[in-house]
Amino acid sequence: MEFAPLLLLLFAFTLAAFLGFELISKVPSQLHTPLMSGANAISGITIVGALIALNAGGPGVARWIGLLALIFATINVVGGYLVTDRMLAMFRKKKGGE
Amino acid sequence: MAVLINLLYIVASILFIFGIKMLGSAGTARRGNLLSSLGMLVAVVATLLYSGLSWWMVVTGIAIGALVGGVAAVRVKMTGMPELVALFNGSGGLASLLVGLAELSKVHAGGIEGYLAGLFAQSGVRVPDWFALAAIAGTVIIGAVTFTGSLIAFGKLSGKLDGKPVVFSGQKLITAVVALVALFAGLIMVVGADSGVGLAGGCALVLLALAIGVLMTLPIGGGDMPVVISLLNSCSGVAAAMAGFIILNNVLVVAGCLVGASGLILTVIMCRAMNRSLPNVLFGGFGSGAGPQGAAVEGEMKPASTEDAYYVLEAASHVVFVPGYGMAVAQAQHAVKELAGILEDNGCQVEFAIHPVAGRMPGHMNVLLAEADVPYEQLWEMDAINDVMESVDVAVVIGANDVVNPAAGEDPSSPIYGMPIINVHQARTVYCLKRGKGTGFSGLENALFFRENTRMLYGDAKETLSELVGQFKG
Repeated sequence: MEFAPLLLLLFAFTLAAFLGFELISKVPSQLHTPLMSGANAISGITIVGALIALNAGGPGVARWIGLLALIFATINVVGGYLVTDRMLAMFRKKKGGE
Repeated sequence: MAVLINLLYIVASILFIFGIKMLGSAGTARRGNLLSSLGMLVAVVATLLYSGLSWWMVVTGIAIGALVGGVAAVRVKMTGMPELVALFNGSGGLASLLVGLAELSKVHAGGIEGYLAGLFAQSGVRVPDWFALAAIAGTVIIGAVTFTGSLIAFGKLSGKLDGKPVVFSGQKLITAVVALVALFAGLIMVVGADSGVGLAGGCALVLLALAIGVLMTLPIGGGDMPVVISLLNSCSGVAAAMAGFIILNNVLVVAGCLVGASGLILTVIMCRAMNRSLPNVLFGGFGSGAGPQGAAVEGEMKPASTEDAYYVLEAASHVVFVPGYGMAVAQAQHAVKELAGILEDNGCQVEFAIHPVAGRMPGHMNVLLAEADVPYEQLWEMDAINDVMESVDVAVVIGANDVVNPAAGEDPSSPIYGMPIINVHQARTVYCLKRGKGTGFSGLENALFFRENTRMLYGDAKETLSELVGQFKG
């Protein structure tokens, strides 16, 4: 059993955690909602997992579950990005008006 | 092809990282969001390069999801934002849960050996069977908790469920037992592998995890929702990262973990703004009436008419508005903005003081006031406004309660003692717009309402403000 690739994945996970902490540690409270909903849209990355479950070589059940997963992940992604953009557009409009 | 796909995944990760970084400052936030959505597009396109996908399913799934998500995002009112964010979050959790289940069904359809071989063919990595199964179990648990937890949060935020914490005796014990049984079921699922016992363990795990999400969120009160929403947001990221460990996919692990970390930070910021620890928020049953209630408040509340308030506001040269959840409920943000404009034309200095946990999600008040076109310069954070509070003529509290309760600073027996508040009681005069005489979500009497310099304006906040505007115009 070869563990090196798994350890690399764990390595990426750990570094990403630290990166996440570093990136967000100082955000003005004005941006808390867009930040949260923007991050929420990114968590829709699980859409990649859903797509892979749609492999025609797999069993039928897996594909049907994968289709459901794809629908919900897409709702998360598309809805999340659009709603974040709507909010940020309001913030910007106000700035431009000054 | 696998090399190209993984290179594209790296590009997507970089776009996510820059996107999140740019979301952190006002000038670049919108471009940051665009960049991160571009990253998502790259990740999806890269995944479509895998051969053998069922194309009609890909198109159908994306079309339905994009339609539902798009319509919801475009049509929601800004006051409905917390509910929608909770729903989207639950949707992401459910998607991760389903990804876990799809993989589990592959294990049981083709046997664990066949499954691992398929995984090797697709990712080029050979993993031990316990690792694949444990990753599936982790995805299922966190995805399911995120899903039902977000649904309950949605119910509480939209008013479909009672916002008060639901607490019954033995609740913590039941939650702990369910969690332990779930862990055991997960263990059975991993050890049982592709046998019938393993499948039974997997099914039990799903149901128990769904129950945990409900049990964890029910006892948390409406006012603690900013913490819960950010924590669930963090969970949806971790669930995606877990799914990445199942299919050994770097972009899932990295992006999911970024979200997990950023959500956790926001959670900590929210907890700090209430001077409470995360376990206290999650398990404290705060506001259920149990525990210390603080010293009894002396004095009486002094109601005032909008006419009185008009004369005081008319003569004021420095006014601060302090919005809270009540402003969101009454949808009074436009009326506030109108009144603020009139006061400014009257030569008055106007600011809005925003408490970090005012409302039902992080930054809730900022979104509503931005919708009403309140200029950014007028939005002051708590510490900045407290420094000048003593020079303020009139503080107008609109549907805020616990975040302006002076007991937090003065009464050590109060359950919210130590929570940083906006010191409106230091202003010369305070007007509190309030629906009725009831207590806030914490169930506490607010010492502010009984102060010598406080006047109560009872009624719907929007109507009260419109009346005031009318007085100025008339």
